[in-house]
Amino acid sequence: MRVRNKGRIDRSKPVSFTFDGNNYRGFEGDTLASALLANDVRLVSRSFKYHRPRGILTAGSEEPNALVTIGSGGHQDPNVRATVQEIYEGLEARSQNAWPSLEFDVMAVNDLASPFLGAGFYYKTFMWPRAFWEKIYEPIIRRAAGLGALSGQPNADTYERAFAHCDVLVIGGGPAGLMAALTAGQAGADVILADEDSLLGGRLNLETLEVDGQSGAAWAAGVAAQLNAMENVRVMTRTTITGAYDQGTYGALERVNHHTSVRNGKAPLETFWRIAAKHAILCAGALERPVAFQNNDRPGIMTAGAVRAYLNRWGVAPGKAITVFANNDDAHRTALDMIDAGVHVSAVIDSRAEAEALGAYTLIRGAHVTNTGGRKRLESITVRSASGAQNIATDCLAMSGGWNPTVHLTCHMNGRPTWREDIASFVPTEGAIPGLVTAGACQGDFSTAACLQAGAAAAAHILGCDMADVPVGDDCAYRMEPLWAVPGKGRAWLDFQNDVSVKDIKQAATENFRSVEHMKRYTTQGMATDQGKNSNVQALALLADATRRGIPETGTTTFRPPYSPVAMAALAAGAEGKGFMPERFTTSHVATKERKAPMIEAGLWYRPSYFPIKGETHWRQSCDREVGYVREAVGVCDVSTLGKIDIQGPDAGALLDFIYTNMFSTLKVGRTRYGLMLREDGHVMDDGTTARLSEDHYVMTTTTAAAGDVMRHLEFVTQCLRPDLDVRFASVTEQWAQFAVAGPKARDLLNGLLDAPIDGESWPFMACGPVSVGGIKARLFRISFSGEHAYEIAVPSRYGDALFRALVKRAEKLGGGPYGMEALNVLRIEKGFITHSEIHGRVTAFDIGMGRMVSAKKDCIGKTMSMREGLLDEDREQLMGFKPIGPVMQLTAGAHLYEEGAEPVAANDLGYFTSVAFSPTFGHYLALGFVRTGAARKGDRLKMVDAVRGIETVVEVCHPVFFDPEGERTRG
Amino acid sequence: MRLPCPLCGERDLREFYYQGAAVSLTRPDPDAGADAWADYVHLRENLPGDLEEMWHHAQGCGAWLVVTRNTATHVVKGAKLAMDTKRADTKRADTKGART
Ligand SMILES: [Zn+2]
Repeated sequence: MRVRNKGRIDRSKPVSFTFDGNNYRGFEGDTLASALLANDVRLVSRSFKYHRPRGILTAGSEEPNALVTIGSGGHQDPNVRATVQEIYEGLEARSQNAWPSLEFDVMAVNDLASPFLGAGFYYKTFMWPRAFWEKIYEPIIRRAAGLGALSGQPNADTYERAFAHCDVLVIGGGPAGLMAALTAGQAGADVILADEDSLLGGRLNLETLEVDGQSGAAWAAGVAAQLNAMENVRVMTRTTITGAYDQGTYGALERVNHHTSVRNGKAPLETFWRIAAKHAILCAGALERPVAFQNNDRPGIMTAGAVRAYLNRWGVAPGKAITVFANNDDAHRTALDMIDAGVHVSAVIDSRAEAEALGAYTLIRGAHVTNTGGRKRLESITVRSASGAQNIATDCLAMSGGWNPTVHLTCHMNGRPTWREDIASFVPTEGAIPGLVTAGACQGDFSTAACLQAGAAAAAHILGCDMADVPVGDDCAYRMEPLWAVPGKGRAWLDFQNDVSVKDIKQAATENFRSVEHMKRYTTQGMATDQGKNSNVQALALLADATRRGIPETGTTTFRPPYSPVAMAALAAGAEGKGFMPERFTTSHVATKERKAPMIEAGLWYRPSYFPIKGETHWRQSCDREVGYVREAVGVCDVSTLGKIDIQGPDAGALLDFIYTNMFSTLKVGRTRYGLMLREDGHVMDDGTTARLSEDHYVMTTTTAAAGDVMRHLEFVTQCLRPDLDVRFASVTEQWAQFAVAGPKARDLLNGLLDAPIDGESWPFMACGPVSVGGIKARLFRISFSGEHAYEIAVPSRYGDALFRALVKRAEKLGGGPYGMEALNVLRIEKGFITHSEIHGRVTAFDIGMGRMVSAKKDCIGKTMSMREGLLDEDREQLMGFKPIGPVMQLTAGAHLYEEGAEPVAANDLGYFTSVAFSPTFGHYLALGFVRTGAARKGDRLKMVDAVRGIETVVEVCHPVFFDPEGERTRG
Repeated sequence: MRLPCPLCGERDLREFYYQGAAVSLTRPDPDAGADAWADYVHLRENLPGDLEEMWHHAQGCGAWLVVTRNTATHVVKGAKLAMDTKRADTKRADTKGART
């Protein structure tokens, strides 16, 4: 029901929205909660476990009940608190956790079965039989007990992440926060003021208190205008500081676009900020706590502060006959504000025997509300006092058990809050977050005057500046006597969101879950989206009582980030799709795609699997053909993804000698050498060829996979181990496009393209040097990864596309063409060349038959550790080749090896395959792999077992080089 | 978290690669024996408190840093170029060697 002349809504701007398909009207400035209350909608949700009817409890982000789903399809947003969601034209909201409807929810039978569903129910019931857990119990529980659901469609909204830096971050824009920001702003500091509300002012917008002789809301609006006008102050409304992290880093969620229907993809729905602040002032205020009594969860029972917030901020009376139940003076303001607005107040029930009426209303002191009536909305309350029990008709009960300072952020770095007896609550412990101070209600100073003063003082203290002029504000004392739960029968709810009652806490204590952390997990108190904001202190007090300990001894549970829920989409902003995994393309990418080559990912790179031609229906046909190009004519392959590191300086050779196991300082200019590098623990790190272009200039190649690791390794060695070396290096992987030209006709191909022809004498195997192609300076390396007469030619990347096309065209004329990764893999397996499938991190130079490459003449990284006896044991698994010899001819990578007659179990394991290919050259499968005692088994028959695919094949152990073991073709 | 790179200034944690305790700067001689090498490659103290650690400014200038960080509180007390630390250590060892 709207109340005339109250609230900060714009009554000239009506807004239509729907809830569960029904049309309603509110005004600009309404939240979904205020608009629903204005339309007298009380029932907005069903509780998590017992599906009890629930209404709106609070007026802020701590709301445990009124969770709704906004939008549909790809825009569907579940578990939105109706108290935070501002309405806009066309807003669609739906209730959750009810079936078939909110009004008639079949799962409400859970409520009747509640004696069986108490604390620990899941743990006691769903344990046995064990096999039932995953298939039967879990799906049932998930369906029955749940919050809102995702649509299952890709998220259609956009999110952003952003970074900000400031001198002072002020968290919360109530009276303390405004004065802190004003003081810091006037002192010239770089200030960010963040508040989760759309308006600055905090409770000043929700109360009728005066500041500086005007309404608190008007004063706040004035200060907000002042702050907005300051260039050094950034005001961030609709922004929740979600977490406090190391070194003054704070997470912040800005709800950029939730309050509008504008979802055109330009502005994000939310932005997740990381704010680095030199100082922070927490002015987060306080949250009112409910009182536990029988049936205290009926729609229409709200916190007292929320009831007057709806009146003062949104011009809504949440009932026609209001009652108040409290243990403190502050809640009496609800009655005063209501009466002032012309709303009937039936009674104020105060648990304190000495309480006094502060206005013209019926006060029942020393009394408790012991029960309530009504099902989907509150109809009456039962009040018990010294003079007996009575029923009072009411449709809105405003309850207050006092206020809890919002200490959450101060606990995010493992700090524990401090108990303060006078307010019966926790306050932040000083220094809990380095660089953060607290001021105002979150410090336990509840009067407006104290908040104004504390905010200004905190900023002045941090910056060593003068306080902004502190205005006069209300300064009435906070008088309260603790009241956690009203004694009596029935279920008195503590944690509305998780359906945890006073009984559950007592049961946990009885069953010896006495530690507060155990109690939390046993009862689920304090879990889910509100994280116990409405119930933690009460639950703790009751646990303390049940275990006969004081509250400080009982301790608190840990508050962890985020303060309020943050969508994964916001945290992941920018890291979805290609942001998660950017793509790296070679210069031949376009030409490759034109030939419809399927691409395969190699790290971030995209490389062609094979180049299909007309008539081919299976990748093996293409692959076999491409292998044939290289073995019989000439093939062209882009190898630019290999890491290329340009190394220069007088000590370049010395560096390489230290990095590689073998010698490079002795390499002749114009020659290339294969090198093996180890990690310091003696295992193989990477391999590749390095060319000496001039006396003090080398170009190293790394594998595609290890390019980054090798670069970092070189940085480490030169900076941390050998800063004495006079050498510089840079990654030039992106700067050079490099292509393999391989096959008996490789030289013919090049000689039609190079500006000056080459011959075998001047370009023997492993030669390298400058050449010219079409007037472009290029580099030529006579190296081979296929076992054929082959070259790699490199040009600056801008010529890569043109060169690739020219090479392929020439190759095709000579009966060859381009080849992809599949053929490259077959060729190198035929030749016994290793990749990271073989040097997978656990093998030594000895294991791959390169033990003699570890030079005895010098030290190198990994040399000492590689000589450990266990790493040179003949019994180790060593690299060998394998071919099938039985009726089953299939080999598979990852399969394990056993003696022919042995049972295929781990104890009999002799080794495994690392690489497998069908060789068109030999007409059968080939494998590389590791087998115990290695070369000693040459010629042996073994059994390959692939337990995953169910394949068993008899194989013969061979030398790992199947093709041209003498290397005549490579050198020829 | 941010680390103060001596070359780039305060930079976000995500730009750095972490390697572990700065033990790796003091590589033993090849003939230092199995124990010295096992210590160097594998053994690390793991006490709460200040620790000198190796961080690589991989997405920045490429410098390896020796960062002093409290492993219990994450307070970063400073960062030096590993190259400077190594050179100073080498110089100290040389002077000591000359004296004995
Ligand atoms: Zn740097």
